[in-house]
Amino acid sequence: MLHFLLFSIFGAIAVAGAINLLMQRHPINSALSLIAVMASLAVEYLLLGAEFVAAVQVIVYAGAIMVLFVFVIMLLNAGEEERTDGSRVAALFGIPAMLVGAVLVAWTLLKHSGTGEVALGALPGAPTTIGWLLFHDYLLPFEVTSILVLIAIMGAVVLAARPEATAQRPRKEGA
Amino acid sequence: MVPLSYYLILSGILFSCGVVGFLIKRNLITIFMCIELMLNGVNLSFVAFAAHWHALSGQVFVFFVMVVAAAETAVGLAIIIAVFRTRETLNVDQVNLLKL
Amino acid sequence: MTPNLHLWLIPVLPLIGAAINGFWGRRFSLKTVTIVAWAFCGAAFAWALYVAARFPSLSTPHVEYLARWIHAGSFQVDYSFYLDQLSLVMLLVVTGVGFLIHIYSAGYMSEDPGYSRFFCYLNLFMFFMLTLVLASNYLIMFIGWEGVGLASYLLIGFWFTKDSAASAGKKAFIVNRIGDFGFLIALFLLIKHFGTLNFDGVFQAISGMGVEKSGAGLLTAVGILLMVGACGKSAQIPLYVWLPDAMEGPTPVSALIHAATMVTAGVYMVSRSHMIFERAPIALMVVAIIGTLTALFAATIGVAQTDIKKVLAYSTVSQLGYMFMACGVAAFSAAIFHLMTHAFFKGLLFLAAGSVIHGLGGEQDMRRMGGLRQKLPWTFWTMTAATFAIAGFPPFAGFFSKDEILWRASRVSLAYWGIGVFTAFLTSFYMFRLWFLTFFGDYRGERAMTVETVQTSPVAHSTNPHRLDAHVPAEHGGHGAIHESPPVMLIPLIILAVLSVIGGWVGVPGSLGGRDRLDQFLAPVFHSTIPAGESQGMPPEQRTEGAEPGAGHSQELIYTGISVGAASLGLFLAWLLYVRRPKLPQEIAQGLGRFYEAVLNKYYVDELYAVVFVKPLIDGSTRILWQGFDQGVIDAAVNDSADGARHISDTVRHMQSGNIRSYAAWVALGAGAVIVYMIWMGVR
Repeated sequence: MLHFLLFSIFGAIAVAGAINLLMQRHPINSALSLIAVMASLAVEYLLLGAEFVAAVQVIVYAGAIMVLFVFVIMLLNAGEEERTDGSRVAALFGIPAMLVGAVLVAWTLLKHSGTGEVALGALPGAPTTIGWLLFHDYLLPFEVTSILVLIAIMGAVVLAARPEATAQRPRKEGA
Repeated sequence: MVPLSYYLILSGILFSCGVVGFLIKRNLITIFMCIELMLNGVNLSFVAFAAHWHALSGQVFVFFVMVVAAAETAVGLAIIIAVFRTRETLNVDQVNLLKL
Repeated sequence: MTPNLHLWLIPVLPLIGAAINGFWGRRFSLKTVTIVAWAFCGAAFAWALYVAARFPSLSTPHVEYLARWIHAGSFQVDYSFYLDQLSLVMLLVVTGVGFLIHIYSAGYMSEDPGYSRFFCYLNLFMFFMLTLVLASNYLIMFIGWEGVGLASYLLIGFWFTKDSAASAGKKAFIVNRIGDFGFLIALFLLIKHFGTLNFDGVFQAISGMGVEKSGAGLLTAVGILLMVGACGKSAQIPLYVWLPDAMEGPTPVSALIHAATMVTAGVYMVSRSHMIFERAPIALMVVAIIGTLTALFAATIGVAQTDIKKVLAYSTVSQLGYMFMACGVAAFSAAIFHLMTHAFFKGLLFLAAGSVIHGLGGEQDMRRMGGLRQKLPWTFWTMTAATFAIAGFPPFAGFFSKDEILWRASRVSLAYWGIGVFTAFLTSFYMFRLWFLTFFGDYRGERAMTVETVQTSPVAHSTNPHRLDAHVPAEHGGHGAIHESPPVMLIPLIILAVLSVIGGWVGVPGSLGGRDRLDQFLAPVFHSTIPAGESQGMPPEQRTEGAEPGAGHSQELIYTGISVGAASLGLFLAWLLYVRRPKLPQEIAQGLGRFYEAVLNKYYVDELYAVVFVKPLIDGSTRILWQGFDQGVIDAAVNDSADGARHISDTVRHMQSGNIRSYAAWVALGAGAVIVYMIWMGVR
């Protein structure tokens, strides 16, 4: 019961944040909504017993990535969106199609939900266990990911650098 | 006890919001944030399934998704900065040089 | 064991000559080209003589197999050659006269820039004609048939830069093709019903068949269709229209192809197929009627013509009509006899006319000739022999052959005989008209009359008059004087003149004391093979070819006398109108008014054909086939498919707008479609 209640509350917060992200005109408002979404998702993870993932979500996603977003918004002084003519295809096809798709998925899931239930804290994801997996079974992807991050760092530096000037560097983040 | 399908529906809603936002928003940064929203929705799905099947690989995969998302965000925002420098605008409709 | 005479050499030797002159002739000197052409043609003639010498020891028909060709199931056609009396006669005529004309052409064409091309074509013609004559099956004969048509086209249009010559060549070939279509259908019928085209095979199969009385049978159809082919090749009504136009070609061509050899191919073919015709009386009658009418028709046109070559052309059509008249009354050996003598005197007439034209520097209009017998003595005397021969005066060649035909025709129907005699009168009239206008009276032309001695080698005239403007009066200046032709041109004339005189003596009929040797020689070929009891309904002469009833001798002599009388009447009338009272023809012409105009304009047949056949075909082809189908359907299909592709891509390119959001929308759409599909598959 408690599980369901907590799930609903934070699920509602997440959806509300998502919709607010769409409705806001200023990007900074959208960014803050997204932070709210991420926070509530972290709680959902906790409800599922994924402690490590929840922690990483808050630290990395909400704490680093979104901060990066906010920095860039402030750097570029992105203002409110103007009302210009956009893609008619998007309005005409994309949104209704996606809505239809979502409804379809939901309907199917509910119709055929012999999928069982998930208990509160069903799978405790302790850091120890996850670490063990990372360094044993998933060692190769782990190492490759580190190279990926290295490349991302270099790419970001090169792309964002001012021509013949190194005065301002955007923050980069690692895992 | 929450049925798995509820988690999946929540995940689906978040994902759909991400797609819709991607389609209707005009600011480059906002579009990027919608991408992040989509990724988050997918992450939730992964964790839910991991809990359902008692397989920790799901959570490990979420870990990797976050790493990649971080890298992608860094590079993507760098690109946006570069584009802003040349175009002086963040309106995606005006970044349309790749056309016939 | 039949000896192998290598008959294939006879056609192949001229082919080699044609190839040599065709590929390298332009680099050779005139002399080399001449020697090559003469050598190969002469070699063919020599070999033909050799074959003739060996002939008595052969059993006929003598067939020589050269190579395999078509073996399709039970149908077989091979390259093989056939020698019997008939083909031997044709062989000697073709190679002999052909060789003489090769010699003549060396002089006549000596200044033409297309000299080597001319001899290449001439040799090529010899190859095809000899193939036709020596063929042992209808298909090889058809190859020769088509080939001589090709050679004729090439040679008529020899001076192809001249519009009229090119058109004449086309006309000849196209009209020939119409006839060939009939020939082909006949071949198909033969294949269908007899399964073979070999002479031996077909004739063997036919020999068991009876006479088709009612005329609705296979052999009647084949016969009539073969006659259609012959009408095209041998210029009979209604397909004769190409022959007068063919005079655009050089005169040796007219002599060889359109007088002596190619046009006689039809007669040869009908004679070769005599077994078919003997069993199809209706077809035979068609042949006789066409021949007779053509003879008369062409003779009437010839009377009014002013161009010397045109007169001879219509005369050829008329004489061919005689040959078909003979075939039509089943007097095949008489037809071949006349073919042979006609080759002599008509070939001679054309060559002599060429000599006159050459001597006058290109003049062909008889109204501008006259009084030439002192200037061109050799030409005059040889042409005289030929003229008397064609008119049918004894003891010249034409008398015996023409009389034989008239006598045999009278046995079947006096109508044939009557028309034949009247045509003989017209023949004599227009030939002597030609003779008088050309050689007698005052010279009416514009060239200088100074006499020069006979040249001893082909003269280098400063301009060759009869090259491109054969119809324009002599305005080239050039050497200026009328002169006799060089010996290289005169010697063939003399030889042919001798043949025109004595050539008929192989066929002196019994009524005049001879043994009709030619008829007896050809008898093994033409003896009737109609089963006994079938031939009741046919006139006596159609029963057995070789025998002449002895009781008819006196009647024959009477008829002979009448025809000689007709010829004499023609001569007298010509003398009267063109020597004695030269003003008279003009008055007669004006008196006849429109009728004369019609005759002069060949009864407007060409114009009629143009309106009835040519114009509708061209219009139909233009509007329906070209604009309607080629442009409307095929071009439209290609162009419209290209246009369609362009339109589609024009529409589709709007997808690539550079607008990121529309790209994203398409991606989302696609992804949605995939998801829907997967759900649907999962749900099912």
